[in-house]
Amino acid sequence: MADLKKRGIEVGLQVYQWLEQRLGLIKPLSDAATHPTPSNNASWLYVFGSAATVLLVLQVMTGILLALVYSPSANEAWGSLQLLDHNIALGWYLRALHGWGSNFMIAIVIIHMVQVFLFGAYKFPRELTWIIGVLLLLLTLGMAFTGQVLRFDQDAYWGLGIGASILSRVPFIGAPLVHMMLGGPIIGGATLSRFFTLHVFVIPGLLLAGVAVHVWMTLLHGVSDWPMPGRLVSKSTYQREYQKLTEKTGIPFVPDAAWKDAVFAAAIMFSVMACAFFFGPFGPGGPPDPTIIQSVPKPDFAFLWIYSVLAFLPTSIETPVMLVAPVIAIAGMLLLPLFASEGERHWARRPVAVLTVSVIAVSLGVFTYLGTYTPWSPVMDAWTSDAIPPKYLHNRTPLERQGALVLQNKQCRNCHMLEGAGGQRGPALDSIATRMTEDQIIRQVLQGGGNMPAYGNALNPSQTKALVSFLVTLRGDDLPSAVDASRRLATKGEVRMPRTP
Amino acid sequence: MSDLLKYPGESRNDSLPPEGKAAAHLRRTFLFKLSILLNVAVGTVLAVPLVGYLLGPALKKESSVGAWVNLGRADDYPVGETRLVDFESPVASLGDGQTAKVACWVRRVSARQFQVFAVNCAHLGCPVRWFAESKLFMCPCHGGAYYQDGSRAAGPPERGLFEYSSKLDGDALLIHAGNMPTLVTQASCQGSHNDKPLVQIVQADNAMRSTPWQT
Repeated sequence: MADLKKRGIEVGLQVYQWLEQRLGLIKPLSDAATHPTPSNNASWLYVFGSAATVLLVLQVMTGILLALVYSPSANEAWGSLQLLDHNIALGWYLRALHGWGSNFMIAIVIIHMVQVFLFGAYKFPRELTWIIGVLLLLLTLGMAFTGQVLRFDQDAYWGLGIGASILSRVPFIGAPLVHMMLGGPIIGGATLSRFFTLHVFVIPGLLLAGVAVHVWMTLLHGVSDWPMPGRLVSKSTYQREYQKLTEKTGIPFVPDAAWKDAVFAAAIMFSVMACAFFFGPFGPGGPPDPTIIQSVPKPDFAFLWIYSVLAFLPTSIETPVMLVAPVIAIAGMLLLPLFASEGERHWARRPVAVLTVSVIAVSLGVFTYLGTYTPWSPVMDAWTSDAIPPKYLHNRTPLERQGALVLQNKQCRNCHMLEGAGGQRGPALDSIATRMTEDQIIRQVLQGGGNMPAYGNALNPSQTKALVSFLVTLRGDDLPSAVDASRRLATKGEVRMPRTP
Repeated sequence: MSDLLKYPGESRNDSLPPEGKAAAHLRRTFLFKLSILLNVAVGTVLAVPLVGYLLGPALKKESSVGAWVNLGRADDYPVGETRLVDFESPVASLGDGQTAKVACWVRRVSARQFQVFAVNCAHLGCPVRWFAESKLFMCPCHGGAYYQDGSRAAGPPERGLFEYSSKLDGDALLIHAGNMPTLVTQASCQGSHNDKPLVQIVQADNAMRSTPWQT
């Protein structure tokens, strides 16, 4: 028996030697995997990069499997997704894995980036690793956007329209850019084909090559050591210090540090599978028929904040901000390590860095949250679905009730709430009469102003009269009505009208 | 061929004296540089049509896109009303499927006067909906609103709705359609609208509020 075991090992060794003599890759790779790394970076906070890579592999695998069925033609794409969801065994699960894998990948890539930023790990000699990493983030977001287009539902169709509308604002070359993006004069088969090409060939190729370079540089310079307050990075001494630290405290990356990476990657993969299984695939929404205008287009989660920002930009600076802000933001991220390649790494001594991350995180969070319920959009069916609260009709004169009807029929509710139901584009009207006098309400209704269109053309005098008489009864919890201060003065007789000679 | 060479094609380099080897190296370096030059030339000849192919959609002349489309009998549109009409894009191509369809809003102002608006919001292209009671077009994306004549009413759009050029041919209503309407590729693409000025942005006049009844 022992003899057999010995022979087995011998045969195994021979096979290995035969292979390695010809391939020559196994030893260098295993040397790279077991390279010594300072023991202080074998941390649960150093696991995000490897998890992102594992997710990328998942995306490539599930993507290839989806491509077996998906049809990248404007005619059939939407139908082939229905086929995947309903007719192909486990097709829905593959779509769900790919969709959730995408969300997780974006999240992990961003967390990885924040960790690297807060730990100052982008400083010398890892500047280029950071720069490639920023490009990898952009490519990941590019995959998310092009992937959303491949879903080719209503959101995808109008999302392409939004993309084209943004490009159309580029000075001088706007029109050629729009046509380049669409592949023709309209959104159609050519558009889907080019986004398929980007999503399946171009961006994945760049992404895989970028990851290879990124990982290569990580091996070359070693995983950054845990930052210590007061231990400054200097180009003249850092590498020597890092080497000394590795010699003194080094542990083999595999297995001593990598087991945490492996456990985290497994947890992430399990989470993706659980989300895919329990929540299922994303869409597709309605068919990409541009004549179905009862559509409320919205981008995927990762881009909701952009959608929100576009609702808030003042018209006068919208185009410059749209075109210039991304350039500045990306350039800022790319150039960061060139301007801050030395010095303090610890977050406790870098208040500006911590503040930057906090401000960006809060802003993105708030804009994303706003994007989930779009308070700036009229609620298109509020006028037919949200009734006037009965308490606003009690003890009202016939004229006032007629005014409530006008309010409803003229679609005011699409933008104005009553008791929490209706649009939020304009202010809620529950206590409007405590803020505006009758005169002011009449003026506002007829002439508009602020963000309100003028209704002078849509209301006749009797409708206006009825509407306003209803609106002046809306005083919240019986608060006093708004009054015109000058009128009170006039009735008190304290001011006299100037006499004309 | 030298006697030393056992096989045709084998290098004669080994038998050369040192200065001969140096000269041969120089010659090969020169040939290598020449071959790079050759490849630059071949690459350029290869690249020009490839780039041309890639840029094809961008290089198309604006004026060549689009055609007149018949939207049916003018009498089918009641005067004073605004209706949604679908048509097949005249510039659709193979495999466009449903996306070849286009919707537009037709407003009959009077017996002989029509306005045909693109559904695409002038802000970012989302489909606007017509609300007949309040006489407004409203956009679901960012809250853009337009009056019945297409002019900007409220919200982020910087101009009014895109308008197709339209005409009556006997009893038929025709519009000129081509590019998907955006700020640079407007609904009508025969240059007929290029001279149409953008609708000026009317800022909400807040000064009015404090003195509502000025004379």
